[in-house]
Amino acid sequence: MVETYLHLLRATVRAQSQYRLSFAVDAVGTSFGVLLDVVSVLVFFRVTRSLAGFPFREAFLMASLATFGFALADLVAGNVDLLRFNVRTGRLDALLVRPLGVLPQLLVLDFAPRRLGRVVESLVVYAVGLGYAGVGWSPARALLAVLAPLSGGVLYGALFVAFGSVAFWWIESAEFANGFTYGGRDFAAYPLTVYSGLFRRLFGYGLGFAFVSYYPALALLGRADPLHGPDWLGWCAPLVAIAAALAAGGVWRLGVRHYRSTGS
Amino acid sequence: MANHSAGAPVRYRTFIALVSAGFRRYSTYRQATLAGLFTNVLFGFMRTYVLLAVVGRQAAGYDARQIVTYVWVSQGLIATVGLWGELGLADRIRTGDVVADLLRPVPPVFAYLAADLGRAGFAALVRFVGPVLVGALAFDLRWPQRPATYPLFVVSAVLATVISFGCRYLTEAAAYWLLDARGPRIVWALCSNALTGLVFPLSFLPGRVAAVLWTATPFPWLLQAPADVVVERHSAGGALVLVAGQAGWAGLMLAVAGYAQRLGTRRLVVQGG
Repeated sequence: MVETYLHLLRATVRAQSQYRLSFAVDAVGTSFGVLLDVVSVLVFFRVTRSLAGFPFREAFLMASLATFGFALADLVAGNVDLLRFNVRTGRLDALLVRPLGVLPQLLVLDFAPRRLGRVVESLVVYAVGLGYAGVGWSPARALLAVLAPLSGGVLYGALFVAFGSVAFWWIESAEFANGFTYGGRDFAAYPLTVYSGLFRRLFGYGLGFAFVSYYPALALLGRADPLHGPDWLGWCAPLVAIAAALAAGGVWRLGVRHYRSTGS
Repeated sequence: MANHSAGAPVRYRTFIALVSAGFRRYSTYRQATLAGLFTNVLFGFMRTYVLLAVVGRQAAGYDARQIVTYVWVSQGLIATVGLWGELGLADRIRTGDVVADLLRPVPPVFAYLAADLGRAGFAALVRFVGPVLVGALAFDLRWPQRPATYPLFVVSAVLATVISFGCRYLTEAAAYWLLDARGPRIVWALCSNALTGLVFPLSFLPGRVAAVLWTATPFPWLLQAPADVVVERHSAGGALVLVAGQAGWAGLMLAVAGYAQRLGTRRLVVQGG
């Protein structure tokens, strides 16, 4: 079973590396893209000395945490937004008749090896962010420093799948999905205190982006929440991620059941 | 060249017909329009909060109301100038369909530009007006104080669309050489995000970096120039200089696109029989 997937994966990677020059430009280009959020934080601090109450080193930790979590999700599940091509062209039929899971097949067939570079880079940025932030290390915090980006990755991955499966009902929904996935990355790259009102509640708590970077960073820094949330919120990231993954799985199964092919 | 003068009115009519075809084509993509509009609005809210937190009362040449207006206008301009729109040229080169474009009696750059202006016309009605309306309802926008700003902004937005068209045409024409234009497209996506003033106005950057971007690249002229015109960041004369600069870039990009098209046609090999 695993061997079959690995075989498909190798085929995808080989196919994509055929156009060599394009592949190289592609790989270099995407790896710069991941740093844009982090660079934008650097640029903002040229203009201001604190971002909604957070100094540079703390805001940078949040941005690097969000970027790393997103890069992990993007590597594994970033291609679910290609689902619309599979639905529109009926290619999904071919996947459905094979004795393999549809979602894993999609992830493997559209796998983009160029995204591996992003993961490595954002890991380096995260390490720099952790070192620079002056975290008072303890075993618990070390565990959180590992768990937080993984949870963020699962949460973003769940959103890729959940909003990607909207294409089962609404084929041209890619941009709608981008609003929540890429939008979620940008949202979590800045402290939650930047936002206000309904927007903060919906995105921060409703969709859980506050648990990607803001609350884990507060717990790592040992800082009280300016929004008066309890201290244990920083440890809720894994729970939020699991809940999101379960919900995304449900949406995906609903979508597959709703799929009626394109006819011919 | 002999029939050039006789052909001019025909060309004009062809151009208008292609523009209106582009308009009609894009007015039928309702699902995609709605999805894109939603996302522009979402990012509008996010960037408003972030840039307000950065600028505070006033910084880098913008006050709070100017920066909020800047955000919503630039969100509306993304789809209008077609920052991330595809012309379909790259795919047509890869599949060989581009032969049909070459057989037509109008040059490809001319035909694609007309279709893209039609697309921009429809986008201006929905994808520009939509976000600006939502922004105006949710925040305190700064409306232009000088009446002349309105027509100047329209000219600026049209020129930005032409510059954006030239950039995208070049990106996709790379497929004449590379067969697969994904790499150049990614570079374009990156530059169009970071260097156009979409994520932050370029005045946030060190002066020298911003100066290089303004003088040596077309990127700031795509979004920041029209947005600066509408928030009246410069005096009336300064705004005119901005629009004149855009006109220069528009001419340059069209000329380069036409040149690349002629070179590319010589490289083109269509498979099959």
